[in-house]
Amino acid sequence: MQEVMKKRAIELLSDGTVAKVIGWMPGEFSYDMTPAVFTTAEEIESNFVYNDFCGANVSKYVMREQKKASDAKILVFLKPCDTYSFNQLTAEHKIVRENVYVIGVGCDGMADVEKIKAAGIEGITGIESDGDKFIVKTVYGDETIARADALAERCAACKSKKLTVYDEIIGEDGEVVENSGRFDLVAKLEAMSADERFEFWRNELSRCIRCNACRNVCPACTCEQCVFDNPKSGIDQKAAADSFEENMFHIIRAFHVAGRCTDCGECSRVCPQHIPLHLLNRKFIKDINELYGDYQAGDDTESKHPLTSFTYDDAEPSVIHERGNE
Amino acid sequence: MQVNEQFTPTIVAFCCNWCSYAGADLSGTNRLQYPANVKIIRVPCSCRVNPMFILRAFQRGADGVIICGCHPGDCHYTTGNYYARRRTTLLFSMLDYLGIERNRTRVEWVSAAEGAKFAATMNDFVAQITELGPNRRLEDLRCRK
Amino acid sequence: MMLYLAKDKLDVFFEKASEKLNVYVPVDNTNGSAYRKWTPGTVVSKGLHTTKSAKDFFFPQTENLVEFKMSGKAIEIIDPRRETEDYAVFGVRACDVRSFGILDKVFLSDPVDTYYKNRREHGLILGLSCGRPAETCFCGTFGIDAAEPMADVDFTEADNGYYIKANTEKGEAFVASLGDIFEDRDAAPAEEAKAKTREVLKKLPLSNLTTDGFGGDKLDELFDAAGWADLSEACIGCGTCTFVCPTCQCYDIRDYDTGHGIKRFRCWDSCMFSDFTKMAHGNPRLTQKERFRQRFMHKLVYFPANNDGEYGCVGCGRCLASCPISMNIVKVMKKLAKEDSGK
Repeated sequence: MQEVMKKRAIELLSDGTVAKVIGWMPGEFSYDMTPAVFTTAEEIESNFVYNDFCGANVSKYVMREQKKASDAKILVFLKPCDTYSFNQLTAEHKIVRENVYVIGVGCDGMADVEKIKAAGIEGITGIESDGDKFIVKTVYGDETIARADALAERCAACKSKKLTVYDEIIGEDGEVVENSGRFDLVAKLEAMSADERFEFWRNELSRCIRCNACRNVCPACTCEQCVFDNPKSGIDQKAAADSFEENMFHIIRAFHVAGRCTDCGECSRVCPQHIPLHLLNRKFIKDINELYGDYQAGDDTESKHPLTSFTYDDAEPSVIHERGNE
Repeated sequence: MQVNEQFTPTIVAFCCNWCSYAGADLSGTNRLQYPANVKIIRVPCSCRVNPMFILRAFQRGADGVIICGCHPGDCHYTTGNYYARRRTTLLFSMLDYLGIERNRTRVEWVSAAEGAKFAATMNDFVAQITELGPNRRLEDLRCRK
Repeated sequence: MMLYLAKDKLDVFFEKASEKLNVYVPVDNTNGSAYRKWTPGTVVSKGLHTTKSAKDFFFPQTENLVEFKMSGKAIEIIDPRRETEDYAVFGVRACDVRSFGILDKVFLSDPVDTYYKNRREHGLILGLSCGRPAETCFCGTFGIDAAEPMADVDFTEADNGYYIKANTEKGEAFVASLGDIFEDRDAAPAEEAKAKTREVLKKLPLSNLTTDGFGGDKLDELFDAAGWADLSEACIGCGTCTFVCPTCQCYDIRDYDTGHGIKRFRCWDSCMFSDFTKMAHGNPRLTQKERFRQRFMHKLVYFPANNDGEYGCVGCGRCLASCPISMNIVKVMKKLAKEDSGK
């Protein structure tokens, strides 16, 4: 895969189709790739990598690069879930689609080094993919782990392997996954009592250190200035000085992306405290699906999102109060 | 003095200018009683109510928040309350999901002619919040007096 | 000879210690660990690092400095400071132990930060030498020996127990006060364990990382280095690296209006944030490149320039493990050093 991608990137750069390539550069331990922008064939030749650990959603970098120079032609490699974010950004006029050459990259799920570490493998110096398993080189000797066991949590409940936007495809395009099980945990929480839910979320959200990684990485968080950074908003906060602020930040953040969140899972991936933030977004998605009909943000660039539209016979807010479990 | 002092909740009511605020006015002119601990905040339309307003009301000491707007179909701006309906539904559902008592929040459609409904709604909501007790789950401890 | 505590007596140790002071131990949570107060039944984490560093004990993420209460025109000023109770922190690794010394240089030099001093003086550090360092560890680069934390009391795991060595008067007094639960044993197994750790340290992928090319006198060369643009390109401007860092010590002071008064509090700030250094006239650090550069220049140039050559990094590797885009001080040092040598 990596070699094909490199070859195409170099071709498109040299024939002038694009001026910049968004990809990944290598890290120290073969699992810590950093997104990067390449402008020459030499850089790509020597420094472009793509492997099972390139999980970062790079669609937001397209927006950033276009902000620097809106007319520069950009090549970007997008995984299926990234294409949803890309579409959503296009729909919100944050990306000029015409100036981007999208190569869709087929995806069978990305690996997560946290899962490998959680399996007790320490001191990782290198990881090689070998069929349905990974051979992990460590300072304490070689280990193997099944690919399924190293699969990122969000990929285990993948909603779609379909590339929703592309100019060409490398690898295989896939299908929307029916019964992905991604709402299972939400349903489990809904079935709990209010006290249990409160305890669950207090335990999770109290770990928040307000590093803002979830917000800054989120492809739906594209405000020029976040309300929590704006001293004129009256609620700007640098730290969660009170449990209320922990709740408020995450409620408002999830609400602001409700209907626009494509469920890419970046928020939970980047959280240094491992707070399952995607469960907040998925709650909104589940509610929207149940109350207003199935909706997948980023499926296309045309449809109106559920919070900027309505029907005359929408459910009344009292449906919440009439639910079974208090 | 009684040992179990009666808890008097603080209620914030966001009322749209065209229907519910006029309804509150009418209930006043009709001399209908509703508790003085309901603090009315007039907004141009129920869809002006940002989720942050609701959270900040709780932060600053509200024990219950009620949003009143025109009946669906009667919005002064034609469609504002339809948007408000979706937003508040989703927000209340999220608060419920986080384990915050769902009955601390309510939406009620009150027209300018429904002075009696306004008073009855407020009396009912105050009774409901009194029974629930003070807001502890969505409270900012720094603001407690 | 050395004092020894069998593993199955660790709980007895915590129980005895808890009679004298509050004991905090690392406890596992979702995919990480954090310090919690020990109570009977607490299971101590076997992990290498807590997700956040131990600096919270002395320099918490938020703390109230002063309160003002208004009633009419009268303003009452309340000092919320209380003398901290004595406490001990168990399981602190060598890198974190060193970080306290770095924080001391900032907070205990004139003018002394009394909030920090209060917490520091009441804290007792129980170090734990590393047995299985991670690939992200590079404490050796800064002259730290992971086998010898040099805390008030050091614990070294060996021979199905812990070998104990007090390094300070405070530590000696603490150990003496619990005296009868330890036994005297030959120190050979402890030395063996340390030697083994040092062998592993040599094999770590970052063991060859050096500070060559960095230091207090390198300002001019490094400030305008070409590498910063590329290195900072993918940075998303979150504060993860600064908040998990044991040595980052920047803070902001804010007033919170409670509706009936003011609470003035201090909270961690991050040079990665866009409003850091924002002043009345604007912000001198306009792009992420300047903010990003600041963090590493502070650790590798400004700090040693003001503190007799001591670097502001201890090589704990937390930023390597938690950066959302896997950019970190190691990549910065390697790239800049390469650039420097290429000149």
